[in-house]
Amino acid sequence: MKVEFSEEALQQYKDILQRYPEKRAALLPTLHLAQQEFGWISREVMQYLSELMDIPVTVILDTVSFYTMFKTKPSGKYHIQVCSTLSCALRGSREIYEHLTSKLGIQAGEVTPDGKFSLVKVECLGSCGTAPVVQINDDYYEGMTPEKLDKILDELE
Amino acid sequence: MVSSPSEKTKIVVGMASCGIAAGAGDVYNALKEKIEKENLPIVLEKTGCIGACYREPLVEVQTPGLPTVIYGDVSVKRLEMILEKHVKNGEVLANWVVKGEGIHTSEDALFEKQVRIVLRNAGEIDPERIEDYLSRQGYQAIRKVLLNMKPEDVINEIRNSGLRGRGGAGFPTGLKWQFARQSPGKEKYIICNGDEGDPGAFMDRSVMEGDPRSVLEGMLIAGYAIGAQEGFIYVRAEYPLAVKRLQIAIEQARERGFLGKRILGTNFSFDISLKLGAGAFVCGEETALIASIEGKRGMPRLRPPFPAVKGLWGKPTNINNVETFANVPWIILNGAKKFAALGTEKSKGTKVFALAGKIKRGGMVEVPMGISLREVIFDIGGGIANDREFKAVQLGGPSGGCVPANLLDTPVDYESLNQTGAIMGSGGMVVMDDRTCMVDVARFFLNFTQEESCGKCTFCRLGTKRMLEILERITRGEGKPEDLDKLEKLAYNIKKGSLCGLGQTAPNPVLTTLKYFRDEYEAHIFEKRCPAKSCRDLIGYRVIPENCTGCTLCARVCPVNAISGERKQVHYINPEICTRCGACYEVCNFDAIEVFSPVELAETVDE
Ligand SMILES: Cc1cc2nc3c(=O)[nH]c(=O)nc-3n(C[C@H](O)[C@H](O)[C@H](O)COP(=O)(O)O)c2cc1C
Ligand code: FES
Repeated sequence: MKVEFSEEALQQYKDILQRYPEKRAALLPTLHLAQQEFGWISREVMQYLSELMDIPVTVILDTVSFYTMFKTKPSGKYHIQVCSTLSCALRGSREIYEHLTSKLGIQAGEVTPDGKFSLVKVECLGSCGTAPVVQINDDYYEGMTPEKLDKILDELE
Repeated sequence: MVSSPSEKTKIVVGMASCGIAAGAGDVYNALKEKIEKENLPIVLEKTGCIGACYREPLVEVQTPGLPTVIYGDVSVKRLEMILEKHVKNGEVLANWVVKGEGIHTSEDALFEKQVRIVLRNAGEIDPERIEDYLSRQGYQAIRKVLLNMKPEDVINEIRNSGLRGRGGAGFPTGLKWQFARQSPGKEKYIICNGDEGDPGAFMDRSVMEGDPRSVLEGMLIAGYAIGAQEGFIYVRAEYPLAVKRLQIAIEQARERGFLGKRILGTNFSFDISLKLGAGAFVCGEETALIASIEGKRGMPRLRPPFPAVKGLWGKPTNINNVETFANVPWIILNGAKKFAALGTEKSKGTKVFALAGKIKRGGMVEVPMGISLREVIFDIGGGIANDREFKAVQLGGPSGGCVPANLLDTPVDYESLNQTGAIMGSGGMVVMDDRTCMVDVARFFLNFTQEESCGKCTFCRLGTKRMLEILERITRGEGKPEDLDKLEKLAYNIKKGSLCGLGQTAPNPVLTTLKYFRDEYEAHIFEKRCPAKSCRDLIGYRVIPENCTGCTLCARVCPVNAISGERKQVHYINPEICTRCGACYEVCNFDAIEVFSPVELAETVDE
């Protein structure tokens, strides 16, 4: 499959370029855009961006690998991020994580065979006042318990 | 304020991330639908975080003739009751009130001891409407600055206020501005640091979500003061709502002429763009952040030259934290004197803290500098969750340290906190109780810094890894007698051998826990015992026969089927199978499960 920005994304890319005195500075926002567009940053995506932006693939790879938010593997339809930093741990995030591994049958960094769920552990999501926190795609779920989580997962199609 | 009878009821729903995660969106939508369907005479609005996150969703109800109250834990069902009783029948539902005029609640101290400068608008305005901000003196400070003050006057005002950077290090803000102003060059930049990567911190997120325009206005004022034409806000990409609201605020400011060319008809032109991070903690460090805006790997570099001299694209750059900027408009409007009247000799104004961990009221508070930790945790935060015993509070995240119970009266100011070995930090306060293992706490932070080290400095990269290995082995009960010395030596070397603050401060959590809780380390190493009964390799769970009713609940929740027993019979936990996850302990309704240290048990059997 050929990797290419849609018309709309291409326009957004042009807008990004305008904002910076140097092309290199547009790399991070363009990578965010690419992740939105393609779901994850594959080799092909990096190749495409390299040609589009005239930046060597090695430089792109170097940048992508530095920042944890860029996914270099496809994730599930529902990407579950469990905060495992201290404040959440003090309020039971470890139990939440273990509950998920046994319920979904996968470990952090893996995707369920049907492609529905992927699971990762992440650092503080910045919602520690109502810990433990789980993020599923863009939504935060706070004050989690295994029971609440079961209900949420069961409702996801 | 009691509303006058002619007005409609106004209902304001708290729609910050914390509110939305707790279900505020459902409440808002249900209410909206109901108002439209039944044509109710109610004005519906939304606002940011008022700080009582532990009671979200929060809904403020202003009914004519009744005191204005904020209800907590509002579900769609409760909302129905509120509409029926409060709005229709005029009865205040006192039990659900978090805050209300003339109504005493257990939450009173939460609000009474706070002074809101940075959070003056958060929870009071709809962050997506510029009109709300304008109605509360919004953009009056930049007006005053542009029309009546010279850049030098602005810098002097900020200097006299005593404002210090809220991003962690506490550098005097006015002085920083002066350096950037004095740096030669026509092109200069302002950067707002909204990376907020410290675990346990969410103050900046709340400010950006709840009152984005105060940050913009602070940046504008700084831009005028140092002679910059352009500003960037570097926001964590993990904060989508903050990004959205900042974007709206920027667009509205452009429309109204508060950003762009010739602002308010003067010669001052300034524009702001957003730049998203991508999940690297070290990017919060100013030189790394600059590298990241330039599109490079976010690696820190040696200072000097400081950004004030050589920053973004080699141009003089002034970088401040979100909270620092949010203070600025208030100082300009109310005067340096009024700001400096709050706080201690060297720490002026207020500080926003994010309360988390084993605390009753998790959330955000803003307190005058100089208040004691005890007041923040016990009076405002309500004390320890489940009324357990306070053990320590961790300040400043991975760069900070723990403060133990006997130092709870330490005042919140930069110097006093440094003396304890902790730091003011950016404002995270993680509270721990008697069930928290301090070795494990140190392990958490080292795990964090070790993962987030950018790898440039050998000591930071490898030294933190070595420290982590030692801490892990101690918590597993495999610690060696020489480990404590090794930790201290590594700590010293990492501090000395690292280029940026990440490495220089990474050993602090270990050093402070070693200083105040050495006995816990020793118990793990020499007695193979975790005094907090938290480390899984050093504890066991068992049933207390006298309390067990044989309800079978524990057997049902056990994920590994380690619990057996007939209904109405005393249950038994098989230690060979048990993974010590604590699920049974959490669910038991009869206090029939206890945590014990196998070594202690062995000793009593021996006797
Ligand atoms: C590893 C590391 C991470 C940092 N993260 C942040 C951050 O997330 N937010 C912040 O404002 N400052 C952070 N800082 C401090 C910045 O380098 C800088 O001092 C600060 O933004 C200056 O603003 P202030 O003077 O207003 O405090 C960090 C420093 C280090 C060493
Ligand atoms: S520690 Fe989990 S959200 Fe902060």
